[in-house]
Amino acid sequence: MSEPTVVLGAGAPARVRRSRLIDRGFRGTTLVVGLGLIALLALLLVELTTGAWRTFDRFGLHFFVGTSWNPVAGREAFGALPFIFGSLVTSGVAIVIGVPIAVGLALLLNQVRGAIANPLAVFVDILAAIPSVVYGLWALFVLKPILDSSVEPFLIGTLGKVPAIGAVFHGKAQGPDLFTAGVILAIMILPIVTAVSREVIAVVPRDLREAALALGATRYESVRLAVLPYARSGIVGASMLGLGRALGETIAVSLVVGNTPRIGWSLMDPGATIPSWIASSFREATSVGLHRSALLALAVTLVVMAFILALLSRLLVRRTAELVSGPSANVPVTQGVLPTAG
Amino acid sequence: MRKVETVDLDAWFGSNHVLHDVSLTARPGSVTAIIGPSGCGKSTLIRCLNRMHEEVRGARVEGKVLFDGTDIYGTDVDPVAVRRRIGMVFQRPNPFPTMSILDNATAGLRLSGERIPRSKLTERGERALRAAGLWDEVKDRLDEPGGRLSGGQQQRLCIARALAVEPEVILLDEPASALDPASTLRIEELVGDLKERYTIVIVTHNMQQAARVSDWTLFMLFGEVVEFGPTEKVFTTPDDKRTEDYVTGRFG
Repeated sequence: MSEPTVVLGAGAPARVRRSRLIDRGFRGTTLVVGLGLIALLALLLVELTTGAWRTFDRFGLHFFVGTSWNPVAGREAFGALPFIFGSLVTSGVAIVIGVPIAVGLALLLNQVRGAIANPLAVFVDILAAIPSVVYGLWALFVLKPILDSSVEPFLIGTLGKVPAIGAVFHGKAQGPDLFTAGVILAIMILPIVTAVSREVIAVVPRDLREAALALGATRYESVRLAVLPYARSGIVGASMLGLGRALGETIAVSLVVGNTPRIGWSLMDPGATIPSWIASSFREATSVGLHRSALLALAVTLVVMAFILALLSRLLVRRTAELVSGPSANVPVTQGVLPTAG
Repeated sequence: MRKVETVDLDAWFGSNHVLHDVSLTARPGSVTAIIGPSGCGKSTLIRCLNRMHEEVRGARVEGKVLFDGTDIYGTDVDPVAVRRRIGMVFQRPNPFPTMSILDNATAGLRLSGERIPRSKLTERGERALRAAGLWDEVKDRLDEPGGRLSGGQQQRLCIARALAVEPEVILLDEPASALDPASTLRIEELVGDLKERYTIVIVTHNMQQAARVSDWTLFMLFGEVVEFGPTEKVFTTPDDKRTEDYVTGRFG
């Protein structure tokens, strides 16, 4: 172009003035949209909290530690602990089962390319597109019978007999339980955890992998020595995303978990999670009495848990990222996850 | 005496034929330098010597690389075993960022399958760090992450890491090209010290460096060997006109 690209002062030609105007307009639009998003979130929180206020006012902090849930007028009691318990346990099972599989898949997709890897990658991505109600139905009609007839009896018969941890696998295989909900959640978080892990593993510098290989590391050892430590912060971040998804999942869990507010050791017993309980009882909840307000209070609890989780994951990711890039580098999370390869 | 010898070595990246009939000999107790302009295949050649070349997708090798007379590309040879005996240091210092200085130095030892007791491990780490001339600088902060050292120190840490597994051959792929002059000098001195006990092959684009540190020099152009001989001869009275042009700085 023959025109000067930088023009200072008032004598700027019309084209430059126009593009400056567009610039300003663009900035204004993005600012409004950004602020709008924050406002929306604030509004949501305010709405939820005002709706839940009557419950908090009546039960105070006892709402979070109370274990009984009774919407019958006159004998009302609302405690969120069984649902917090159910949410944490099912999500925990999902993470314990899902993350190792996802990381393994991510490694496979990165290291072994070609004939198997590409269709597998597409398959994992398709898993993400399946609606959760379909997962729920599949879990109810296919997964649950399989778990009930083989996996759960096996766990009860083996791990269930081990002293300390036996209580976790105690009980009967039949019927809805926390374990089945955890397994379906593990499958549901697989795509997101795999996709993010795959990306962070892909940016591990070639240098490091080769350093390990040149020392005489086998393929597995090079992964353990060079790839996993470097990608750790990213994998933690990926797991947190998965955990977030697992905590919020409603319908699929609701179909298999039993929706029984209960706190106990065994994974083989039914339970209820916050979302599953809200979904299953909102229709009966009237604005008369505290029932509807109590469900909104449960929702607030879930939002708070999600916030704590997000905060925790930022801390964790930053802490592990520091190990890689040095403590002085106060880098944003994304840069910590993807260190610059010069 | 020949420690490493290539016989009619050809190498490809996909359909790109990057090495043509390369023959090189590295003798124990000596430094062999590989010089040539960028893209002439120096790094590919050195990476063929410990089977690192094949780690790049689509890479392929034909011909032989004899190590103590055994072809390392033989069908029953495990590349992992090859790399334990033929160590390598790369262009960019690449210590493992999440490991401490001592753990970096002993990383290769902790791989080798046999369990080495902690005290023995520390001892061998110290020996390697001493051999790499780094011990005095890091002995008070062995627990700090390796990434906190300067570039030159990191490179010597990588040399220590390679030495710790007690290889017989050390391959250096432009080990000083990312370093400042002072660190470069230290690496060169180190190469001089190490050659008594190891067979060393070094790739460099710096001709003065080749002249300073090496006993034998191989000059390459477009994936072919132009001249191979004693360093002094290659730099003063080369047989080939192209070698003379290159070492006198007329091109490259």
